[in-house]
Amino acid sequence: MSGSKFVISREDWSLHRKGEIDRERHREKVREAIKKNLADIVSEESIIMHDGRKVVKVPIRSLDEFHFRFDYGKQKHGGQGEGNSKKGDVINTDPQQGQGKGKGAGEEPGIDYYEADITVDELAEMIFEDLGLPNLEQKKKPELASESLEFKDVRKKGVASNIDRKRTIMEVIKRNALTGNPGLHGIIPEDLRFKTWETTFKFESNAIVLAMMDTSGSMGPFEKYIARSFFFWMVRFLRTKYNNVQIAFLAHHTEAKETTEEEFFTKGASGGTRCSSVYKLALDIIEKRYSPQDYNIYAFHFSDGDNLVSDNENCVKLINELLTVCNMVGYGEIEGSYYYTSTLRTAYKRINNPKFTSVNIKDKSGVYPALKKFFNQTPAQGTN
Amino acid sequence: MNPKDELMLLEDELVKITAKAKEFGLDFYDMHFEICPAEIIYTFGAYGMPTRFSHWTFGKAYHKMKTQYDYNLGRIYEMVINSNPCYAFLLEGNSFIQNKLVMAHVLGHCDFFKNNAFFKATSRDMVESMAAAAERFREYEFEYGRTVVESFIDAAISIQEHIEPRALVKRGKATKKDGQKGKKHNCHSERPETPYDDLWDLEGIPECECGSCKKVKKFPPEPEKDLMLFITQHSMELENWQRDIMSVIRQEMLYFWPQMETKIMNEGWASYWHLRIMREIELDGSETIEFAKMHSGIIQTSRTRLNPYTLGLKIFEDIEKRWDKPTPEEKDKYGRPGGEGKQKIFEVRATENDISFLRNYLTKELIENMDLYLYKKIGHEWKVVDKEWERVRDGLVSSLTNCGHPYITVQDGDFNKRGELYLKHHYEGTELDVFYMEKTIPYLYKLWGRPVHMETVLDNKAVLFSYNGEKGSKKFL
Repeated sequence: MSGSKFVISREDWSLHRKGEIDRERHREKVREAIKKNLADIVSEESIIMHDGRKVVKVPIRSLDEFHFRFDYGKQKHGGQGEGNSKKGDVINTDPQQGQGKGKGAGEEPGIDYYEADITVDELAEMIFEDLGLPNLEQKKKPELASESLEFKDVRKKGVASNIDRKRTIMEVIKRNALTGNPGLHGIIPEDLRFKTWETTFKFESNAIVLAMMDTSGSMGPFEKYIARSFFFWMVRFLRTKYNNVQIAFLAHHTEAKETTEEEFFTKGASGGTRCSSVYKLALDIIEKRYSPQDYNIYAFHFSDGDNLVSDNENCVKLINELLTVCNMVGYGEIEGSYYYTSTLRTAYKRINNPKFTSVNIKDKSGVYPALKKFFNQTPAQGTN
Repeated sequence: MNPKDELMLLEDELVKITAKAKEFGLDFYDMHFEICPAEIIYTFGAYGMPTRFSHWTFGKAYHKMKTQYDYNLGRIYEMVINSNPCYAFLLEGNSFIQNKLVMAHVLGHCDFFKNNAFFKATSRDMVESMAAAAERFREYEFEYGRTVVESFIDAAISIQEHIEPRALVKRGKATKKDGQKGKKHNCHSERPETPYDDLWDLEGIPECECGSCKKVKKFPPEPEKDLMLFITQHSMELENWQRDIMSVIRQEMLYFWPQMETKIMNEGWASYWHLRIMREIELDGSETIEFAKMHSGIIQTSRTRLNPYTLGLKIFEDIEKRWDKPTPEEKDKYGRPGGEGKQKIFEVRATENDISFLRNYLTKELIENMDLYLYKKIGHEWKVVDKEWERVRDGLVSSLTNCGHPYITVQDGDFNKRGELYLKHHYEGTELDVFYMEKTIPYLYKLWGRPVHMETVLDNKAVLFSYNGEKGSKKFL
């Protein structure tokens, strides 16, 4: 061969970790950015409304690589048809803009901002990091524990019906191999192995959430969405602490009734507001179905605070009653488009019980601080 | 087949392929092929180099490319480095025939790197320079803290495209001009210009009073396109290590620029040669099918993006045809004797870049046969807006101008006589992304240390965006 030379080789690249290291740094930055923006992300619609998907996309603007660039939407771009394109042909519609079938590393300027993929669990972990359950009480009694059987052990003696065939055959093969006559033949009693069970006690720790919401005329879609975001995370959070979390949905205007989750969040109602009705219903349900001795009870009520003034006194009385049976009672007041001078919240200022917390939420980003306030590890009267 | 035998077989093939390439007249550096696992190829792909400084943006790119590979959505078969000797990395797991195609393709790239005029000034030792810079950056991290260095790099790369790629060509002339304009001008002096003029300046010849001289004091004397260089040299804010980072990023951009401005030609040239060379190599039936499959994957077209491989390949083939067998008109009008196809394409690969390549050789017939068009967003839909060949060609050319980046210059480095930085976007019909601009200007503030202004055009009106370290503002001029 004349002139140029060549080498062809294959080396050990196993220590070359550069890409992985910077990838990890990028992931770290994604997590940092999410943490910083939890307040906005907590009430992201794609998460609250997520239809059972495990992974959600969270837009993260701070991880864009900002530089001077043209406005992609105002530029003309080149494309190639299949031979019969005409002026006016629609080649793409907006959501999928710029997704060419290009090979390998192509710049895809169509994507407007960086979206991180994150699992709801991962996100929940970040949100719950600083949350704790106040006033947690030991409810479980040994009588409540349910018994269950689990096959966990293998023994040489046992019930013939529980014989472990695979392990028995292994023993035969092993023994034969040891005696210099390998193969599967001649099972003797020493080879037999049996599966054996153990009795385990499962302690049930139950929690019940009484989700109460004002569905009077003044509660619009925004107010309901806020309540929904809050309940979404609250339920997820309680599930990390209890085996079994049940939710009862109680909607009210001047009268209260128990509804399905679907109705609770979607059905509009109208009319005036009498909050005492829902508290009465709650107490009733607790008495009938959830004994405070067996259940951790969390009662949360969301309203815009526009209650019938004559009813306020009654509400305070009933809240105090609820406090005697519940681990926690929370009241969230959503400040919507209307402004009221005298609201329920003002009336509740008089309640002085560490188990009672009230917050007001003005916009979407108020959900996260509300969660933090309700699930503050150190109860209100505690010192830091 | 075990890896060792495979290497030996590949080596045999490479002898044949290299010999064929030389016979065809390709001229390349010594080659170093290396077979790497996917993680490595994709790392190199994300960084553009085997070793480069660390930054999360590379991690992000790597993550994206690697995920595509893992989900089987995209695949890089090879990665070539413009260096002498030329390094090429092949993906482990390429089939034997894929590797043959890739090696032929790579020789095309290497010939291009070695012979195209726009690569003449690129450093062929960039692998080593980048490795050394990476090492220095690591030391800076150690000394000043990782996040400090990281956030400085964030700022520096936000303007990395704003360099003067013709630096070497232009600066040569500019020194002369600079000498004239920059030095203290004296109308009465009639001394001829000599290389020692700067010595005379030390005497402090008083400036003359004539009216035309008053205006001369400008900084920079002429609008400066190289923002990276201007800031590196004149920012009062930067420490030495920061200037080093700025100049490294600028050097690396200067190195990559020719690859960006010849993407269509380079890929077209390499595809042209892998086709020609593979035609000469014996393939059995199943190999032929695999080769055809892979080649058609490479030249697959898209309605929303031009495939540089296809476009470049078609143009080179067309040039060859038109110079080999010119029409009577071409013979008559341009005096093309015919039979010069090969010679012509070698000449084109040596002298053009994508802009001139398309402007000179993307013909009416090609545009119509390939069904090229321009499309634009109208409402929520992206629609074909132009099929007229000259406008399509010119639209493509203008989208390649400055490698697709807005053209921005430093107008004044002492704006308001307070050392503020005044930049101007030279508007040519396309508006800037305002959200991105408003996020980028603060980075410039970080680099310059004084308020930064940026003039551009929105809705046909000149606008000035400013940032003073605390907040941004916008006013119509």
